[in-house]
Amino acid sequence: MRFDSLLDSLGHTPLVGLPRLSPSPDVRLWAKLEDRNPTGSVKDRPALWMIDQAEKDGLLTPGCTILEPTSGNTGISLAMAARLRGYRIICVMPENTSEERRQILRMWGAEIIASPAAGGSNEAVRVAKGLAAEHPDWVMLYQYGNEANARAHYETTGPEILADLPSVTHFVAGLGTTGTLMGVGRYLRERVPDIKIVAAEPRYGELVYGLRNIDEGFVPELYDESVLTTRFSVGASDALRRTRELLGQEGIFAGLSTGGALHAALGMARKAVKAGERADIVFIVADGGWKYLSTGAYEGTLEEAETRLEGQLWA
Amino acid sequence: MAIEVRIPTILRNLTDGSKAVEGKGGTLDELFSDLDTRHPGLRAKLVKDGKLLKFVNVYLNDEDVRFLGGLGTELTDGDSVTILPAVAGG
Repeated sequence: MRFDSLLDSLGHTPLVGLPRLSPSPDVRLWAKLEDRNPTGSVKDRPALWMIDQAEKDGLLTPGCTILEPTSGNTGISLAMAARLRGYRIICVMPENTSEERRQILRMWGAEIIASPAAGGSNEAVRVAKGLAAEHPDWVMLYQYGNEANARAHYETTGPEILADLPSVTHFVAGLGTTGTLMGVGRYLRERVPDIKIVAAEPRYGELVYGLRNIDEGFVPELYDESVLTTRFSVGASDALRRTRELLGQEGIFAGLSTGGALHAALGMARKAVKAGERADIVFIVADGGWKYLSTGAYEGTLEEAETRLEGQLWA
Repeated sequence: MAIEVRIPTILRNLTDGSKAVEGKGGTLDELFSDLDTRHPGLRAKLVKDGKLLKFVNVYLNDEDVRFLGGLGTELTDGDSVTILPAVAGG
C-alpha cells in the first residue's frame, strides 16, 4: 500500500484471528492490531482527528502551543503530528508512567510537565486545566471531552471492523477516555442487531486512587453509559497473564492494556460457549509492548511482574 | 452469608483502616445498609437519593454493578464487591 505521507497511512489496521486462544470454531476471537498505526498506538486516530478539527475550526494556527493531559499514547501521537504541522506541544503526564513514554515524547519535541503520581490521570487533567486557565493562548484539545476523539473511531475504526468481519457479535476495548468504545460502539449499534459493547477498565494499585475525596473522581465528558453492554474492572495480575498468553500462544507482542481487553474478551467467549451461542469477538490491541519493557512486565514470574507494576499507570 | 467488600484508601477512615470488610445482604443496597451499622457514614459516601454517586464505581466480581442491576443487584454468598473512585485513563 502506498501513501503520500506518514499521516495519510493512518488506520486500515489488520484484524487477525486467534486460532489458539479462541475456544471453538463457533466462538472466535479477533485482534485489531492498532499498534500498526504511525506512532504505534490506537491514539493516532483521535489525535489526528482532533488536530484536523481544531485547524478547521480556526483554533489551531501555525506557531500555536498545544497542551494535553495524557498518560502517554495520546501525547505521543499529538507530538508527532505537532512536529509535522509546526506546533509546540506541552504534555502533562503523571510521574508514575514508563520511562519509554517520556523518551518518545521528548524525541518528537514535546515538553513534559509532571503531575503527581497519587491520583494518576485525574491529577494530570486537573493540572492541565489549571495551566489552560493561566495560558488562554494555549490550545487544549482535551481528549476526554473532544467529540472528534469518538468521531475518529465512528468514522474509521468501526467501519473497518464491520467491513472485515460482518458477523461481529462483540466489541471489546480498554476504557480510558472512552473514545474508542463510544465511537466504535455507536457505529456498530446502528448496524449490528444485538451487538455487545464491552469495556475493560484497568484497576490500578492503591496509589493511583489516592484522591483527597471520593467526590474528586473523574468521568470523561465523552462517556455515555448507554453505549455499553457491560464494563469489567481488570487488575494488573489478569492483564499481565493475558498479555503473556497473547504473546506465547498467538505471537502478538502487545502492551498491558491489551491484556486487560483480552481478559474481558475471553470472559465473553466463555459465556457464549456456555450459552451455546456463536460469537465473533473483536478486541483492540491498543499498542505494542515496546514502551513497557522497562516495567519488567515480560520477565520473571507473574507475581514478580505484578509487584513491579504496583503504583504504576500500566495501561 | 458473608460478602467481602474491598474499601478504597479514601474511605478507610470509616473502616478503622481496614482494606476489606465483610457484610451481608441479598442485594447491594442491603449490603451497604448492613455495612453502615458497623461503619457509620459509609453508605452516605456511596449512595444519595437511592442512587450510586457519580464518582463511585462498584464492581461485583469485577463487573460494574451499573450494568447488572445497580443498587438492586442481587448478591450471593462468597461474592466479592470492590468499591473504587472513578479515575481517568488515556
